[in-house]
Amino acid sequence: MIAESGHYALVLALALALIQSTVPILGARWRDPALMNVARATALAQLLFVAASFAALAALYITSDFSVVNVYENSHSTKPLLYKITGVWGNHEGSMLLWVSILALFGGLVAAFGNNLPLSLRAYVLAVQGWIASAFYLFILITSNPFLRIASPPIEGRDLNPVLQDIGLAVHPPMLYLGYVGFSISFAFAVAALLEGRIDAAWARWVRPWTLVAWIFLTLGIAMGSYWAYYELGWGGWWFWDPVENASLMPWLAGTALLHSAVVMEKRNALKVWTILLSILTFSLSLLGTFLVRSGVLTSVHAFATDPTRGVFILLILCIFIGGSLSLYAWRASALKQGGLFAPISREGALVLNNLFLTAACATVFIGTLYPLALEVLTGDKISVGAPFFNLTFGPLFLPLMIAVPFGPLLAWKRGDLLGAAQRLTAAGIAALLAVAMLWAWTRGGNAFAPLAIGLAVFVIAGALTDLTERTGLFRVPFATATRRARGLPRATWGSAFAHAGVGVALIGIVCETTWNSEYIGSMRPDDVAKIAGYELKLGDVTQRKGPNFSEMLARFAVSHDGERLGDMTPSKRNFSARSSSTTEAALLTRGASQLYVSLGETTADGAIAVRIYHKPLVLLIWWGPILMALGGVLSLSDRRLRVGAPKPAKSLRGLQAAE
Amino acid sequence: MTRKQRRLTMIGGSLAVLAIAAALVLNAMRDSIVFFSTPTMLAEKPVAAGKRFRLGGLVQPGSLVRGDNLAVTFQVADGSNTLPVAFKGILPDLFREGQGVVAEGALDAAGVFKADTVLAKHDETYMPKEVADALKKQGHWKDDYGAKKPDYSATPAAAAQGPSPAKQGVSQ
Repeated sequence: MIAESGHYALVLALALALIQSTVPILGARWRDPALMNVARATALAQLLFVAASFAALAALYITSDFSVVNVYENSHSTKPLLYKITGVWGNHEGSMLLWVSILALFGGLVAAFGNNLPLSLRAYVLAVQGWIASAFYLFILITSNPFLRIASPPIEGRDLNPVLQDIGLAVHPPMLYLGYVGFSISFAFAVAALLEGRIDAAWARWVRPWTLVAWIFLTLGIAMGSYWAYYELGWGGWWFWDPVENASLMPWLAGTALLHSAVVMEKRNALKVWTILLSILTFSLSLLGTFLVRSGVLTSVHAFATDPTRGVFILLILCIFIGGSLSLYAWRASALKQGGLFAPISREGALVLNNLFLTAACATVFIGTLYPLALEVLTGDKISVGAPFFNLTFGPLFLPLMIAVPFGPLLAWKRGDLLGAAQRLTAAGIAALLAVAMLWAWTRGGNAFAPLAIGLAVFVIAGALTDLTERTGLFRVPFATATRRARGLPRATWGSAFAHAGVGVALIGIVCETTWNSEYIGSMRPDDVAKIAGYELKLGDVTQRKGPNFSEMLARFAVSHDGERLGDMTPSKRNFSARSSSTTEAALLTRGASQLYVSLGETTADGAIAVRIYHKPLVLLIWWGPILMALGGVLSLSDRRLRVGAPKPAKSLRGLQAAE
Repeated sequence: MTRKQRRLTMIGGSLAVLAIAAALVLNAMRDSIVFFSTPTMLAEKPVAAGKRFRLGGLVQPGSLVRGDNLAVTFQVADGSNTLPVAFKGILPDLFREGQGVVAEGALDAAGVFKADTVLAKHDETYMPKEVADALKKQGHWKDDYGAKKPDYSATPAAAAQGPSPAKQGVSQ
């Protein structure tokens, strides 16, 4: 019954989405408020039905109802409850259901909190959401129905892929989808603006918070996925330039550009046409990502089963939405009036530069990801484009961007003073040079690139701090005045400073980890000692243990540094009998931002275990950086300016611009 | 500056960045692209020693030899030809004899493929796509290599979307 109800709820959601895609548009055309308001009701009802459908699938997983194919394929009765729940989206059908659930969630949020939007704009936006939703409901119902039954139900399920039985699966896909799908809102706003033929600074103010929310989740989602790969795969890599990763990086790059260009549009009413294009491109890249991952076209060791009907269906969705929105753009964009003149050296100019480099970097990732596919289709040659390609293209494009980051916020709108900005960045520049010199001396020559890159990162961080000290007048005015000014600064200013500093922090982590990472690979027997980067790891006993749905071999390492005992590390190797496959559970020991990393390989006949030990200096900064960026995003989001329709304060004490 | 000059500056700047990006891409394409090959393709079209490529095929049953200090050798076969592979390090969890594997590295002077990365298939029903395609083309594809799909045509476990660790690999 539950499965049928879930299926039925999904069909009803499709019906609602179809209504939502047509009626409000007619309403907007005929200026009929009643018809336009249909969008609000259908969006909320759609959310209700999709949530019911999702809850139904979750219930099937929790009760281990193996008469449903999807549950049988991906669950097992002995699986811990958490993984029964996360298993819902650990497979194709379920993850598509999560995709549409999040789409409906965003639609519902616009419907619920979009009361201050012009009625016709809200109708158009929700109608466009309805188109996307209809397409994906059809996709699920026709090609990937998670509620199909098996005629003769088996007693036991085939279990979830062991690699996915991890807390990472609970967090990473929902986060990533909140990001991916969140960009559908800015897409819907862009298409609505084109349909209406009207776009102004207020439009940018409405779009920005949604873009920001999506961007925050995508940032965290990518970082989380990277950390998950790092500890779960057992060889300490955190980014592989795998097409699946690139699929999430491309919308992130375009989305970051969009965030910045929307600022220009909001403040200066310029770059309108470009911002619209970026909104379309960002969501198109999200759709492309969904296509790449869900259709199985990738020449990737990622295991995605290939089913051509699905691939063709998503490709069709992709072509209709990207082609349609770009044609609409080509047709209507010229109707949008350009405004806001600015000199090349100005805040706007800096943001344009940011956009140029981000989109160019995004384009290189796009080429690197799709070129092998195109080549295989055209010539049949199979090639792989790996890290070297991206290091040679992505790196050089990010370098000038990083140098420019501290300058941007210090330039004035309209016409900036580059020399003045440079003068104010003197302290940051000196800090960077000091960092380079110290690292150079400390590493005694060696790799020349690493100290320079770290110097650049220090420059970015110090530049972000400079922006704050300049605005608060810290060190120039009495401390009390400075703190008062700091409280009065718009949250968005704090937000951008945090986010920019986060980029620098992540860069330090990346450079340190790749340059000074040390490893020990060898086979060890009990009481053998491995030495790495000043640490001593002594292998103690090796024991067998039984988990809920696996058996594991645990090795205990006693870790000490300069004779001081730090604790034990217990990496393990798990064997999952249901799928007769195994996973490597790495053990991590955190010291500050650095980590020791131990993972086990196979046991040899004479009782020795293959062991891989890494020392990764400052590796955690790689993920603290994105967390800082997301924090900056949250701060920006809390800026009162973006809370459109926030009630005007009785007295505008600080003379802040109240939201409209 | 006049409006026209400003616009020209912007367009000029954009074109310059795009040109740089294009140059970087073309340059990187020349040196850092890795081709995929199987033992049979190698026999037909030899690759020079020292040139990196990806080798795919099945691990020949009974060919896996473990040496000292984590050195291993095995044969990669694709039905008609085999090629010896040497690797030093820890093999991925899912590396098995008789099953699909992709190794990245280069041939040495003696014709042994020195792999520095070994990627094994992901779960018990999955075969690396290149290997499956190559075997099909050469007529050595057996249905039991691939996904043993039940009649109701559901898919084997697919990983969640995104940079998830659904990759089995070893690299050093």
